[in-house]
Amino acid sequence: MTIRTVRPDRVQHIRCQMHCLKKLDVMVVEMQDPKSGVRGSEQKLNVTSIPHVITGHDVIAWISTKMKTTTEEAQAFGTMLVAYGYIYPLLNHKKLVMCNDTSLYRFQTPYFWPTHQWVAEDSDYAIYLAKKNIRKKGVLEPFEQAHYNHLHDWLNHKWDFVVMQATEQHKAGKERKKPDRVVFDCQERAYWVVNRPSRHTHSAMDCGPDRLIDPDAQNLSFDHYRRLNMFYQQAIMRSKVKSSVSLGALVKYVTTYKNHDPFLAPCLPSNPWQTDNDTYWTLNMRRVDVPTKMRVERWSFSLFELLTDLRGRDDFKVFLKKEFSGENLAFWEAAEELKWGTASSMLTKAETIFKTFLAPGAPRWINIDGRTMGLTVKGLEHPHRYVLEAAQTHVFLLMKKDTFFRYLKSPVYKDMQKKALSPEAHSFSPAQLEQNAQRRNPGIHPIILWQQEEAEKAKAAAASAPVDVKAVMSKIDRKK
Amino acid sequence: MRSPLIPEMATQEVQLNETLAHLKTESETLKTKLEEERAKLHDVELHQVAEKVEGLGQFVMKTRRTLKGHGNKVLCMDWCKDKRRIVSSSQDGKVIVWDAFTTNKEHAVTMPCTWVMACAYAPSGCAVACGGLDNKCSVYPLSLDKNENLAAKKKSVAMHTNYLSACSFTNSDMQILTSSGDGTCALWDVESGQLLQSFHGHAADVLCLDLAPSETGNTFVSGGCDKKANVWDMRSGQCIQSFETHESDINSVRYYPSGDAFASGSDDATCRLYDLRADREVAIYSKESIIFGVSSVDFSLSGRLLFGGYNDYTINVWDVLKGTRVSILFGHENRVSTLRVSPDGTAFCTGSWDHTLRIWA
Repeated sequence: MTIRTVRPDRVQHIRCQMHCLKKLDVMVVEMQDPKSGVRGSEQKLNVTSIPHVITGHDVIAWISTKMKTTTEEAQAFGTMLVAYGYIYPLLNHKKLVMCNDTSLYRFQTPYFWPTHQWVAEDSDYAIYLAKKNIRKKGVLEPFEQAHYNHLHDWLNHKWDFVVMQATEQHKAGKERKKPDRVVFDCQERAYWVVNRPSRHTHSAMDCGPDRLIDPDAQNLSFDHYRRLNMFYQQAIMRSKVKSSVSLGALVKYVTTYKNHDPFLAPCLPSNPWQTDNDTYWTLNMRRVDVPTKMRVERWSFSLFELLTDLRGRDDFKVFLKKEFSGENLAFWEAAEELKWGTASSMLTKAETIFKTFLAPGAPRWINIDGRTMGLTVKGLEHPHRYVLEAAQTHVFLLMKKDTFFRYLKSPVYKDMQKKALSPEAHSFSPAQLEQNAQRRNPGIHPIILWQQEEAEKAKAAAASAPVDVKAVMSKIDRKK
Repeated sequence: MRSPLIPEMATQEVQLNETLAHLKTESETLKTKLEEERAKLHDVELHQVAEKVEGLGQFVMKTRRTLKGHGNKVLCMDWCKDKRRIVSSSQDGKVIVWDAFTTNKEHAVTMPCTWVMACAYAPSGCAVACGGLDNKCSVYPLSLDKNENLAAKKKSVAMHTNYLSACSFTNSDMQILTSSGDGTCALWDVESGQLLQSFHGHAADVLCLDLAPSETGNTFVSGGCDKKANVWDMRSGQCIQSFETHESDINSVRYYPSGDAFASGSDDATCRLYDLRADREVAIYSKESIIFGVSSVDFSLSGRLLFGGYNDYTINVWDVLKGTRVSILFGHENRVSTLRVSPDGTAFCTGSWDHTLRIWA
């Protein structure tokens, strides 16, 4: 556990938000412009008359016009202004939201703006609460009372100072004119609602844990700059692709997949989240006999898609079996298992792969070029996670450029396309939708599915294990 | 005897300072040269290429589920490969596994630390990983028995020297990639807790990472408080590409589904798209009315839409190709801290500081 002995640096704390808050500062100044800003008026509150009061409706209309947004968006923006303490509500002072009606608000004095990085210290809050205590003769709100008690304990050594300051400020306040005093009290109260919110208040001052390193205060080392310069030099030399080519590829990807994107085209029979019916998921499970047409179409987009969808990989294996060229895919799968497996299993896996695929006369010998074979075999003397990388890439490219296209033209694939399901779109009545919502299918737990998968894999491995010719021959010999 | 040494040391120090200043200026020159090289191949803008692509229609995205159960700010979430289960973590140390479709809570674990900023679901669906202010990443194997105490089988995998900001399993349950406030990323073997590779290069806290969805699967991208997004080679530990165009901390990075580009979201209120083959920034998603930082981004299945969760409690949906905003979603009552699209693209989930998670479709 990190022990924080240093007091949190408030500047670091608010650094992330400063970027945004500075823009808010500018906007709030514009809003207060006497000619083009928000219309203010004098309002009577209890007995006193308060100047420069604005309504929520006017603020939202101003924001909406200025930023050219919808009323809803302007309202959300207005709420941010209130949450950060730039504007405060006169009535209902603890609910920091902007309402689109005649609710009354005032602009907060710049002294209390968050950008002034004046840290809202616990001792300041203690003085405020003590002052309130004096004024209201001991009646604080429950959450304030809790804070007060806590501060009284933890700042006990300073308490005389706190009470002295509170009394001084209280006296000074009494000497102000009543309207000024009321306004100042409102401002101060608003400041503390934002900086020491009670539960369920929408204050925005909350921040995550402090960042460790301040990027602006960095005194980067000699080493850092040397490495950075080397990196820049390599980056300058690296070959790049023309924008038209690479952007064209991005656009092509979108066009290829657009009918498969549930946000762009309806998924059939229906989106489970919208209708509470999970047929879409059942039809697309890992081990279905007949996949859907969309799924089969997706296999044709790239070899990567075909292999990533395990159902597609099964179909590909059927094709490869017919062609007697299953060893490439088997090698690729074994290399994947090596790369992503546990560190402790690496040596044994590397050995098995060598014996099965790479050794001269191996039962499932893969046909790769001499140079790659040489490099790989040499690397296997001291195996590491990426020792099969070159061979795996070679095999993948072989499959991608040749086998994959033959598969797409094969009867195996074409049959699958014909057989594939094309489910009808659901059309539920409101009553049926309600029923669906009551009877949501819990489905099968992933742990159970995983156990089933492992069992299937073990069966398949046993069935396709290379025949040990010597053992079979010796059996036959013995029989003779 | 001492005095003669001091002037020598002083001269050495002056020399060192001069060389440091020299390196800094060289750095700036090289950076400008790199930008020039990148600009040479820039013959067209993304929205120009996208002119012939048809526009998007109106979207109706609603909250389909609201998951209530966390007692404090939700900081992170991840989907299970079964497309319906999720794991989420919060400020009070709770990690909850939900079946979001039925809204049932299936497991709950209480971590021994607060601010659990990272959580991830294992590809097999049999475990979850999480961590935060405890500087560690721990793996909890899940169980079919609801009464089992998951904390008993907890495994401590990663150890950083500061808070854990993000974690992700690789293509199997056996390896985890982590990023930390100590400025580094690291790859770990889950079974032994061994450090397989560490990645140094960020000059400040690293806040996010994402693994590339490619056939080789050997690279990942990370974003940090130094405003840089770095692409790393997992085999060598080297930074192979770097982008520095944001004006503030990068909170989230996510690969484009093809693996040839990635998007980033930052405290400077913009999302940006970086093309890896052209080695440059190709789009900025921003609006004058959006002033607050982006906490989290993700793409829809085809890569046409980019969803962004913002600190002003809203979600903005961007047309990636044309650069325009297509929709703004309201609903959360505090900052949206995390956003992920489901594995089959049928919905996306958002987690917020208002203690809830929402599924949108």
